[in-house]
Amino acid sequence: MIDKTTLWIVIIGLGLGSFMLRFVFTGMVGERAMPPWLLRHLRYTAVAVLPALIAPQVLWPSATGGEPDPARLAAAAVALAVGLITKNVLGAMISGGLTLYAMLYLLG
Amino acid sequence: MRTTTAKSAYVRGVIDGSPFILVIIPFATLFGLLAVEAGLSVFETLAFSIVVIAGAAQFTALQLMQENAPTIVVLASALAVNLRMAMYSASLTPYIGAAPIWQRALAAYLTVDQSYIVGIAKFEKEPQMTVPERVGYFLGAVTPVVPLWYIFTGVGALLGAQVPDSWALDFAIPITFLAMIAPMFRTLPHVVAAFVAVVVSLLCASVPYSLGIIIAGLAGMIAGARLEKRLETKGQTAP
Repeated sequence: MIDKTTLWIVIIGLGLGSFMLRFVFTGMVGERAMPPWLLRHLRYTAVAVLPALIAPQVLWPSATGGEPDPARLAAAAVALAVGLITKNVLGAMISGGLTLYAMLYLLG
Repeated sequence: MRTTTAKSAYVRGVIDGSPFILVIIPFATLFGLLAVEAGLSVFETLAFSIVVIAGAAQFTALQLMQENAPTIVVLASALAVNLRMAMYSASLTPYIGAAPIWQRALAAYLTVDQSYIVGIAKFEKEPQMTVPERVGYFLGAVTPVVPLWYIFTGVGALLGAQVPDSWALDFAIPITFLAMIAPMFRTLPHVVAAFVAVVVSLLCASVPYSLGIIIAGLAGMIAGARLEKRLETKGQTAP
């Protein structure tokens, strides 16, 4: 059982901490110009951080106890390929989801 | 005129953020179910989602609290999972840094993976957008996401039953992010940044507190920036 005091400390601490992380640059830097070298790096934030976030989940899903899973690998490949070719986010999501369920069904 | 364009930007944001409805409903429901299973009340579960709005960090905190980890460890780990938000904040600054402080504070509270990725993709593609349009668009993109995160956390908490593993809900998030990221691979440096980030992330998978993600993200950003600079000096920069 989770202790109620701990829970509220975590909720409030995590809320404040997360807000600080989200506000640190937009809030503190604001309109001031950032150096070009920094801007050059920041242009790659999304394409670096999000793939880094999901790569381990794709290769070693916790749902299968960390074992690579053909259904999830295929679903990820299809979502990526459809997204690359069509640039259609919803289309890529749905094809990835359908692939996942089709493969899970076929592989039992 | 100004408010009109900000309003239409908001509407476009809502449209572009709406694919996430499919994902956020099961994900939020799952958090609600797990939280109640861990002994939280419906009110506590809702408060958690409203105060924090950060899926991965909330799951981390919940799991560590169940394992009776020290409070400071729970906070440090969950915040480490959320460190990427500081990177998102930095990356959004050139686009919305000039907005009024209350708008920036609101946007900060509403910065989640989904709103960031929808927003940044648009801002990069349409550099002529004005600051009010960008803020409007960003708030639009988060409109289909955050209220549903609250509501379905509550629904999950009220249902309180377990979702079968066979639904494979764990994979809803990876699929959405792949679908969102794929159209952003416009130039070679973007592709290289992602590739380096993935390789480093896999190598760093055992680094504690999800810090491997931050290390990998930085490595990918450095790789992308280096290559961009090199291509530029060669005079063959991609469009």
